[in-house]
This record gives sequence, C-alpha cells and structure tokens, in this order.
Amino acid sequence: MLYIKCPHCGLRSQNEFAYGGDASVKRPELNKEISDQEWDEFVYLRKSPRGKHLELWHHVSGCRQWIKVLRDTSTHEIFNTYKSEEKVG
Amino acid sequence: MLQNYRLDKIGLVNREKQLSFKFNGKKYFGYEGDTLASALIANGVHLVGRSFKYHRPRGFFGAGVDEPYAIVQLYRNGETEPNVRATEQELFEGLEAKSVNCWPSVNFDIGAINNFLNIFLPAGFYYKTFMWPRSFWYRIYEPFIRKAAGFGVASKEHDKERYEHKYEYCDLLIAGSGPSGLASAYAAAKNGARVILAEDKPRFGGSLLTSDVSINNQSGKEWADNIITELKGMTNVTVKNRAQIFGYYDHNMLVMSERVTDHLPKSEEFTPKQRLWYIRAKQVVISSGSIERPIVFGNNDTPGVVLASAAKEYMKIYGVLVGKKPVVFTNNDSAYETAIEFKKNKINPIVLDSRQDSNSEIIKEAKSLGIDIKFSHVVVAAKGYKKVKSCDIAEISEDKQNLNQIKNIECDCICVSGFWTPTIHLASQSGGKTKFKEEIDAFVPDKSKQKEVTLGSANGVFTLEETLKTSFDKGFELSKSITNNNNSQQIPKVSEKKHSKHDKFWCVPLPKGKKYKRFLDFQNDVAVSDIELAIREGYRSIEHVKRYTTLGMATDQGKTSNLNGLQLVSNIENKVVPAVGHTTFRPPYTPISIGAIVGREIGKHSKPTRKSPMHNWHEKNNAVFVDAGVWLRPRYYKRGNEGLFEASKREAENVRKNVGVCDVTTLGKIDVKGPDAAEFLNRVYTNAWLKLPVGKARYGVMLREDGIVMDDGTTTRISENHYHMTTTTAQAANVLSHLEYYLQLVWPELDVNVVSTTEQWAGAAIAGPKSRDLLQKLFPDTDVSNEGLPFMGFVEANLFGVNARIFRISFSGELAYEVNVESDNGNFMWEKIIEIGKDFDLQPYGTEALSTLRIEMGHVAGSELDGRTIPYDTGLDGLVSKKKDFIGKRSLLKKAYNEKDRQRLVGVVPLDKKTSIPEGSHLVKDPKGKLPNPKLGHISASCWSVEHNNPFSLAILKDGKNMIGSKLYAMSPLKNKTIAVEIVSSHYVDPKGERVRS
Repeated sequence: MLYIKCPHCGLRSQNEFAYGGDASVKRPELNKEISDQEWDEFVYLRKSPRGKHLELWHHVSGCRQWIKVLRDTSTHEIFNTYKSEEKVG
Repeated sequence: MLQNYRLDKIGLVNREKQLSFKFNGKKYFGYEGDTLASALIANGVHLVGRSFKYHRPRGFFGAGVDEPYAIVQLYRNGETEPNVRATEQELFEGLEAKSVNCWPSVNFDIGAINNFLNIFLPAGFYYKTFMWPRSFWYRIYEPFIRKAAGFGVASKEHDKERYEHKYEYCDLLIAGSGPSGLASAYAAAKNGARVILAEDKPRFGGSLLTSDVSINNQSGKEWADNIITELKGMTNVTVKNRAQIFGYYDHNMLVMSERVTDHLPKSEEFTPKQRLWYIRAKQVVISSGSIERPIVFGNNDTPGVVLASAAKEYMKIYGVLVGKKPVVFTNNDSAYETAIEFKKNKINPIVLDSRQDSNSEIIKEAKSLGIDIKFSHVVVAAKGYKKVKSCDIAEISEDKQNLNQIKNIECDCICVSGFWTPTIHLASQSGGKTKFKEEIDAFVPDKSKQKEVTLGSANGVFTLEETLKTSFDKGFELSKSITNNNNSQQIPKVSEKKHSKHDKFWCVPLPKGKKYKRFLDFQNDVAVSDIELAIREGYRSIEHVKRYTTLGMATDQGKTSNLNGLQLVSNIENKVVPAVGHTTFRPPYTPISIGAIVGREIGKHSKPTRKSPMHNWHEKNNAVFVDAGVWLRPRYYKRGNEGLFEASKREAENVRKNVGVCDVTTLGKIDVKGPDAAEFLNRVYTNAWLKLPVGKARYGVMLREDGIVMDDGTTTRISENHYHMTTTTAQAANVLSHLEYYLQLVWPELDVNVVSTTEQWAGAAIAGPKSRDLLQKLFPDTDVSNEGLPFMGFVEANLFGVNARIFRISFSGELAYEVNVESDNGNFMWEKIIEIGKDFDLQPYGTEALSTLRIEMGHVAGSELDGRTIPYDTGLDGLVSKKKDFIGKRSLLKKAYNEKDRQRLVGVVPLDKKTSIPEGSHLVKDPKGKLPNPKLGHISASCWSVEHNNPFSLAILKDGKNMIGSKLYAMSPLKNKTIAVEIVSSHYVDPKGERVRS
C-alpha cells in the first residue's frame, strides 16, 4: 500500500485516496471549436508509461483536495507531490 | 499412556500439565508447550500423512514453518481447518487432528498404488494426459483433478471465529527474535526508538534456544529471556510472539499475521482467533534466520528422515527423541550439535560426514565424547516403508562420483544436514536484488530497495559474535537516524565453537543398477528424475521448470527444496547457480487464512450501514427494508398478510388518490456557494442556469465528458450565491468528487465552494392530490397556494417551531412537495406529517411504490441512467442547451450518438395486460429467430401500473422514437419467459404533466 504525502495533510496511506489518472491532461477550453481527433484524445487516449508519471490523486477520505503525485509506475517510488495549482517541471 | 520417546528432564515443556489429544481417532498424551508434532513423536507416531502424487508415507521433516510433510486436518471447537502444519500447531487439551490425502486410512492408503505406477506419472503428467479429447475436460478430467488436488477439506460451514485487523506505525519493525533480532531490537529500543519485535514461534530466542553458546556468561536462552523481559517492560516496545510477518509491500508497509488463540481450545468471546497487522515502519530489520537444507539421497522421503536441526530442536525444546538409533548425515559442522545432544541423552549416534576430514573444535568435542564419526561417508538410500528401519551407506570418492563398500546399517532415523539457506523472502519481496554467496552456496540479499536491512544468518552470517556485533551496531545506527539519541549499548561477550568449512556436496549419486527415488520437493513429490526429464523436454527457465514439475510450489513454497532444485538444474546445464537464478519470492511467506484477510468486514459489517433519522419509526411501523447503496430504505410498510406486490400497490394507489409520504433523506445533497456558482452550474448541467431566480428550483442533467449521463436531480437557488443541489442516492459521492475535480483542477478561477450536506438534512416527500391541503395544515403561516408556491417553487417556513425548507418538486408525477428539516428534527417532522396526515388518509410509502409511480410517469432513474445512455436515449434531449457549452457537450456530436435509429426510452405493455415483464428482458422481433437473435432493446424497469391496473415497463429500444405502436416480444431466458408486447409512449400517466402544476 502506497504512502502518499498529501501536501495539505502529510503522509497518509493509499486507502484514503482515489486515483485520478494522468495529471498532464488539459481539458480543451469551453466554447472552443476543436476537431474530433483532439476531443477523442482528451476524452479517451492516455499514455501508459513505464517509469515517471505525473498523476492525480483525490484525498477523498481526508481533505478532499485533488493533488498531483510524481510516481514511478514500475517501482512505485514517489518523487514528489504537489498541490493542484502548483506548476510541475 | 506412555510417551516412549520422551526424555526425562530436558526441554521447555511444562511437565506439570499433561494434555490429552486425538490423532486419527486414537487418544494420546502430551504436555503443555508441545506442538502436535512433538507430542506425536513423543508417542512414537511417525506416520502422519501421504504425499501428494504417489501417496508415499509421510512423517515429520522439520520442526517449524518449513515443514513440507506434516499437514493435518484440525478440529477445534466444532470447526475444522485444513492445511495445518503439525510442527506449528501447539497442543491444547482435547485437540483433534486427522491425516489428509489418504483413504481409507493413513496406514492403508489405496492411492499408494500411484507409487507403483509412478512410471506413468512423470513430470508434466497432467499436461500430457488430459489434452484430448477436448470434450472430456469439463465432465471427466477436471472433476478428477479437482478431487485429487489439495490437502484436506475446507469447511462448508460459516466460520464463526472472529478475525481482526490492526493498523500500526513504528520506527523499527524487526522480523524474527533470534540473536540478530534481539540485539537490534534492544539497541534500538534503548536508544528511544518505537520498536515492534515479531516472532513467528511461541518462544522468543530463535537459534539461541537450542545452540550451545554463552553470552556474557549466560546460556543463549538465559540471555534471550532477559532481553525479552526487559523489552516487554519498555513502553516504546511491542513484543509479539506467534506473529509471522509474511509480506513486504510498497513504502515499507508490512503485514503480520498474529495467531492470537490458535493455541487454545477455543477463543474467548470478543477475542479474535487471528489478527492481521498492517504495519508502516520507518526502518525494517529482517532477522528471519535460515533454514537447514537437506542432502538428497535415495528414498530420502521415508518417515524418520528429518533435518538435523529439527532433531536437535525436538530434544532441546520438547525433550523428545526422533529416534533411538540415529544416523546423522552431514556435509558440515552444525549437525554435530545434534549428534552431541543425542550422546548427552545416552543415545549413540553414528555420524556420516561427506567431507574427507575436519578437525574443528566441535568435532574434537564429538570425538572426545566417543561418537562414531565416519568421514567420506554418505547415506545411499533409506530402507523401510512407513518408517526408516535401516540405511545403505557407502564410502564416497573424493570427486563425489563413485560409491564404494555399500553396506546396510540398522537405524530408526536419519538426521540430515546439507548446510543452511538464509530466509531471504522478505528482503526479496521488498523489491531488492539478491546475490549468490559462494561460501554458503546460497542467495543472500543484495542492495536494499526499501528502508530495510537483513542481519544474522538471514544475511548468510553464521557466527554469533559477528551477528551480535553487526546487530547491535545496526540497531543503534538506525534508531539514531530516527530519534537522534546517542545511547549505545555495550556489545556482550560471546563464546561459541568455531565451525570449519562445509562441503559443497548436496546429492548422493545413484549406485549402479539402482533406481531409488531421490526427492527434491517433498510436498509435491518432485524427484531428481522429474527435473532431469523437464530439462530433456526443453524447459530452460527456472520459472518454467518450477511450473512444469511443481518444484517449490504448494503450501511450503519449497522452503527446503528450492536451492537443491537450482543446484540440480545448474549441474545438468553446466551452469553456476546464479546463472540459473531463483524463482520470484512472493507474499505470503506462509499460508494465511482467508478469515484473517477478510477481518471484521463480513456479513453486515462488509460495508457501513447508513440510516435516516426516521429509521426507528419505519422499523416500528413494519417497514421492510432494502439496501440502497449503503443506506437502508423502507421498501414497503407491511400490513397484515401483505407481500411486496400488495403493499406497494396499495401505497402507490393511495398516493394517486389521496396523499403519501416517503423518506427521501438518502438523496445526495450538496451546497454550492460563491459568486460564480451560477456560472459553475451552467457548465456542469446540460441546461441553462444563469437566469434561475432566487426561490426557484430547476431539474438538471449532468454528463461525463464522454457524453454519457452521469446524474440528474433538482437544484434550488436558496439565495443570490447559494444553491442547494440534489443528486441520486447512488451517485452522491461521485458527483461531489466530479464537482471538486472541475473546481480545483479545470476552472480554479471560479469562486465556488461545494460541500456535502446529505447528512445535515432529513427529507420527506409529500405526494398526492391532497398534499397541498396537508401542507397548509403543517405550515399554517405560509402561503402554499398554487400562486404562493408554484411548481418548482421554494420557500423557507416554520414547522411548529422548527426551521424547514419546502420545495415544490415531484418525482411521482403528482402534486408534490419535499420538506427538509435539520437531521435532528427529522423524526419530529415525520411524526407531525403522520399525525396531521391522518385527516387526509395519508399513508407512508416505500421505494417500491416510489418506483411504480415514477415508472408509469416515465421518469428516468438509475436503471435508465445506467452509464451507457446519452440524453437522447432517455428522452432528456430537450434539456440539452444548444447555445452554451458544458461538460460532455462536444461528445454529443459523435456520429454514433446521432444515428437516425438511435435507441430511445419507450413504454412497454404486455398484449395480455396480465403478464409482468422481467427486468432485463430483451426485446426481439421474432421469438423463434435463429440464435443469436438480434436484440433491439432491453427492459430497464417494470411495475404494476396502478393507474391502468396492468403491467407496465420502461425500455431502451433501438429506433424507439418510431417504434411506438409496434408489436415485439420480450424474452427472458433467465426466467424462461417470452411475452408478446406493444410499444407505447413512456409517459403512461398524465402525459401532459398537468397534475404537478395543479
């Protein structure tokens, strides 16, 4: 079970969190005309990298904040965690 | 009753307390502190089971967790448990156990015929045999294999025992209380660290209990006892025996199984049988010790062949002899401790040492005691079927290839030692690499991956002096890094006998013309010849060899067999062992009972139960409850002999005719507040929200980004910047996460806050033509007329001194209101409604009537919004704004979502107006069509329409818009029903929606 450092609450066990997928995905702006392909990529297509992955976790059983976690998908090493508004990299 | 193999004085069992027990129906006696194994051996019982494949007789091989043979079926307190290791099960008064894998009895076992047919049961037997014909698999082969597989039988009864989970945090977790565990625990604890020390066995001390050493002029055991006593007295230390750390998971999370009452006749009330500990440790010390490995020789599975260390443990801990005419067969010095212990107890052992000579301290001692030692000698084969009666021994050449002067000697046990294998399971599970250590012919942990260190013999260190020194140092160093304290302990003085080098010899060659079975894996009957065959057949990877031959599988996971298997493969392939590599170590280290894994989360505790504030009233008034997510909701209120159908029909009819009240507390409620709340709702819902005035509610539909309907509900503008959102009961949590996602990550510029208020409000829906009259009586000071409180209106009011919110919204399609009060006042509100409602023939109604009312109105719910439907499918397309953008809108342009014959919500009525259509039925054109019969749609919800007094269903039907009036068939293969139906409008009652506005 992962041990995730919530930037608001501190170290908490994984069972307090829900996984939220790739954190680098950006929702297309409202009212902007975009192609079918761009939209499909946003809705459906995700990379599944082996190694470093910036991902979203929701501290559902804690402060209810969405946070960003930089994690290695194969070793589960967590390099850093960020608040939702923090810029990463 | 005589315990013929019990020694007089030595051992740690309590001779004051005799215990009786039964094995295979026969009564025996042992002592408190015995294991089932030691008590049986004390009584001269060596035949305890039959092997897996050949049904060969099985005895005891070890004295602990590594035991491959002595697996029994245990009976305790009216329950039965399979796969219990007799070497670990402590004796208690009245214990009962039986042999497994034998029929009709362990002495006369029909299956033993396999032993004589073994030429037909080679490696990969199942793969080779049960391939064809294919059709035989389900009917014949699989049932046959199932019957033959496994040891023992699982109970079919509900397990009445209690199991618990516990979460714990510590600075230092120490796995194993041998010398390295004790030393590191002591050093760390004295330096202020929070320590958990776990010992698998009942007694602390590990090898110190049986080894001939002195520490600070005390025996090993005395020193261990003193350390443990001191540790137990420290508030920063938790010491647990009967506790096996079996898994090392991510981020230094380890799981420990504590056998709390397995050693007692029964568990006390509220005491668990076992407890699973989830421990998050800052640092981990793996002091799991090592397991002696056997030397392979002919018939080495005969009962009476035991590990030399186990023979010593049976003597020194239990005061029990594994035999009275022992042969000790070794390639190293450690087995001499066993020989010396025999001699001290007036038993004369013969030692066969595969080495040419050795003159270390311990061998000198053995010689001086007059022990018969034969160097360059080996056991060729054990003789005897159900117990060793003699063995063939021989002189072995220097290159270990040739046997000379084979002769038979009498003996009743063979104590074998092929040196020691470090127990590296935990270190490997943590993700760390292993390395092969030439000097000990075994793998040890390489670089740690997580915050862990392996010490003592688990790390391949076999001298006590070095073990204690490194363990004291490590315990201090690790604790210092956590506590910043600087209290180091003095390392004790050690006296131990120096051992000379072991011999790399591990397998006795077959004499010419002999075909003895030489077993590698004792639990699975994997012999040398099986591995040779697998390699001849082309298996190369050790992982494949394992699965093909079953080497190292099953309950013992090859604790005594893996390394010899690797030796053999590397010999055949002319490789070195590290080039062959080892199979992966996976948790659990030992079998863990399912009950312990599940813990307390069983039955009604498998999930939380949520109850509304009015729950007690429902209970008192004969409500029959139904699970709605984690909520308990009244399904109907039973009167007299009514069943579900009669009661729900009565309740629904009364709503249509008079007035009913329904507990709607469970609906999700979310407060949406902030200057940008209107803009936010406008983006979340498909319809327009910017112009909703204060004091008005609106029905809204929200989508996921892929265009699928996520949820629906009404949201009310309480004040300028304050909205009260409702969600369905099931989606409440998801919707809140969804809103938080968009507010925190996508549109952080919006000044809006959301919070769940589901538990803050109790809700009652009052529905029916008489609901306004009732409401007026409940709120005499409030204008609830059609003008004062129009459809979709909202007003705050006073309910006999209690603040209330009245929403004029309707799920039933009748004139209806929803009243909310703070949860603490929920019951007060409910009782007032019931009391005053009497004058209007009010009846409470449950979820079944609620469903009936919404279905015949054509209102959609979870069964239509099932995660596969878009607004058009459910007839909600009128609520989709063409002007503004919102979550999921772009997806609605998808081609598939705009096909002309897109599925759509319809009503379905059986032609006979009598037969109810099972939910989930498929709608087809031709009931006798060839399979697969094209499915045009499915029945999503069914009810008995109280308005029309006939069955009515909702369905999602392909091209539903143009199908009204057509005739189809509803087929339910599950219920074996085919019903001729007519497709009608989904609005079966009040299609113009006049009642809600009346």
